[in-house]
Amino acid sequence: MSAPTLTFTSDQALQVRNRIGSVWRIIFLLATCIGIISLLALLYNIVDRSFGLVAYEYKVDPATLADRPLDQLSKEELVAVLQANISKGAFGKLEKDKPMADRSYDDIYGLVFERVVGQKVVATWPLTDSLLRRSEIEAELTEDEPQAVLQFRSWLSADFVTRPMASQAEFAGVRTAILGSLWLITITITIALPIGVGAAVYLQEYASDNPINRLIQTNINNLAGVPSIVYGMLGLAIFVRAWEPLTSGALFGVTDSNGRTILAAGLTMALLILPLIIINAQEAIKAVPDSLRQAAYGLGATKWQTVWSHVLPNAIPGILTGSILAISRAIGETAPLIVVGASTFITVNPDGPFSKFTALPIQIYTWTSRPQDEFRNIAAAAILVLLIMLLSLNSIAIILRNRFTRRL
Amino acid sequence: MNGNGKIAIETKNLDIFYSAFKAISNVSLQVEKQKITAIIGPSGCGKSTMLRAFNRMNDFVPGARAEGEILMHGKNIYAPDVDPVEVRRRIGMVFQKPNPFPKTIYDNIAWGARINGFKGNMDELVERSLKSAALWEEVKDKLKQSGLSLSGGQQQRLCIARAIAVQPEIILMDEPCSALDPIATLKIEELMQELKKDYTIVIVTHNMQQAARVSDYTAMMMLAEDGSRAGTVIEFDVTNTLFTRPKDKRTEDYVTGRFG
Repeated sequence: MSAPTLTFTSDQALQVRNRIGSVWRIIFLLATCIGIISLLALLYNIVDRSFGLVAYEYKVDPATLADRPLDQLSKEELVAVLQANISKGAFGKLEKDKPMADRSYDDIYGLVFERVVGQKVVATWPLTDSLLRRSEIEAELTEDEPQAVLQFRSWLSADFVTRPMASQAEFAGVRTAILGSLWLITITITIALPIGVGAAVYLQEYASDNPINRLIQTNINNLAGVPSIVYGMLGLAIFVRAWEPLTSGALFGVTDSNGRTILAAGLTMALLILPLIIINAQEAIKAVPDSLRQAAYGLGATKWQTVWSHVLPNAIPGILTGSILAISRAIGETAPLIVVGASTFITVNPDGPFSKFTALPIQIYTWTSRPQDEFRNIAAAAILVLLIMLLSLNSIAIILRNRFTRRL
Repeated sequence: MNGNGKIAIETKNLDIFYSAFKAISNVSLQVEKQKITAIIGPSGCGKSTMLRAFNRMNDFVPGARAEGEILMHGKNIYAPDVDPVEVRRRIGMVFQKPNPFPKTIYDNIAWGARINGFKGNMDELVERSLKSAALWEEVKDKLKQSGLSLSGGQQQRLCIARAIAVQPEIILMDEPCSALDPIATLKIEELMQELKKDYTIVIVTHNMQQAARVSDYTAMMMLAEDGSRAGTVIEFDVTNTLFTRPKDKRTEDYVTGRFG
């Protein structure tokens, strides 16, 4: 009698298993590559639009306005140029809007270009074309628009970040939008984080497992998936309309505004990210080992002492990870802001929770829907600003998280 | 065994249920002051449930409830007017796996005292507790280091020091050496002999040699034979008697290794 044959792996079977393994590895690699390629394509698209050649046309050649190039003139000389070249009535009107003495140098420089020189963008080219086909572009331009001046322009610049909104793309900036977004995110986080973490602590540590609590839990999970425009409608109905006395600041003596304020938008956004924060905080709290709770209770700690001294400190890294996701979501949301009535053309800084506001995604949305080419350039530049802002806010949260993790 | 002055805690006709399931059935046990009482028995017979009933740690299990009485100073700790937090302050616990807080060694000791409203000299209390747990010499120069940086045996002694710091009357130990090597185990056992001068200790162990070595009294637990799957104490006696002249056949089978 021979022993029972125990052929676990013939060489051939092993080869087949290895081959199946390699096939799957390649599939996973491809999936990763597709993701990376999409991301690179997105970045390329934005960067390509943010820098490039611009052809300007002038009504009046700026070189003829003064004995020196315009950018070397002092503020007073620029005012003189402005006064000499526009009608008395127009100058008087500008003076009435804001006295020349109070205006900044940049403001007056812009006015000279807008009113006197009459600078107009004829055409813009993306970065790749500008670098690779410069001679062709120049030839094309001398043929079509012999008057135009070709210039390389970085649409993303210090001016772009510090200037307020303007009707012409080349003078427009995102200062008011950045400040609006910062106000918005501050209000959103200050409202949503404490409420969200509080709810998570309650659901995880205090609530007993009964049908009502299970129903609440299920609904929170579902709320995280509700389209943002629905939150916008809710915000419009409740915060903008029903709570108008509060959100317009009328209760606090603010008279010149309606409910379409930063506060109303911040409350709406807080509502939007609340389920996200609750769910993430719950996961973080769940991950705190039970042995720590037992140890604390064993020493005669109350539930609150246990939660405050052990559960929350150990859950903070996880909670912060959740808030990173929530911040990213809130800062990029456009739909609910449109519904609650963000303004699109704001030239003054938002000065508090009761002011009208605009936000970066709103600016980007408005600019991309304009037909002129140059607005697409500033939209791309604004997207870069938004991305930079998002990354810096997230890195703050990541730094905080790492600090708390190391302390353990 | 008699005389109320010598009894630290006692159970009377104690039944413990997890929802509909009866885990402990009709246990009456007297734990003497400043002695070590061991609870032994095969796996799943309810040793840990029994131990956790003493400081109401079972309260955290949904559906758990106790019937009968556990008396401490003549007062039922399951009475409605008793706050389980106060019970746990007076009856400390050391767990199977060392579970120091992810804090400094100092804070591990100080936290329990602080939350219980300790007003005295904290440095002194930390030093005294660590000395009582025979850990002071090893950690006195690194009190600001994390409690998790210690070895397993040191962590377990830190947990004992932490329990001592809130000055309990009774210390419950739930298989405190099962995650430790023999040398660390020996240190804990020596420590227990020191501790019983001041504290009453109840220890659950599945190591019969350990029970025989360290304890003064031993309770033998076993599943009840009525088919209910509930654990009960089948024999309770002075350790030496229980191991050498057991009255119950099942105890004899178990301690001589014929079963379990």
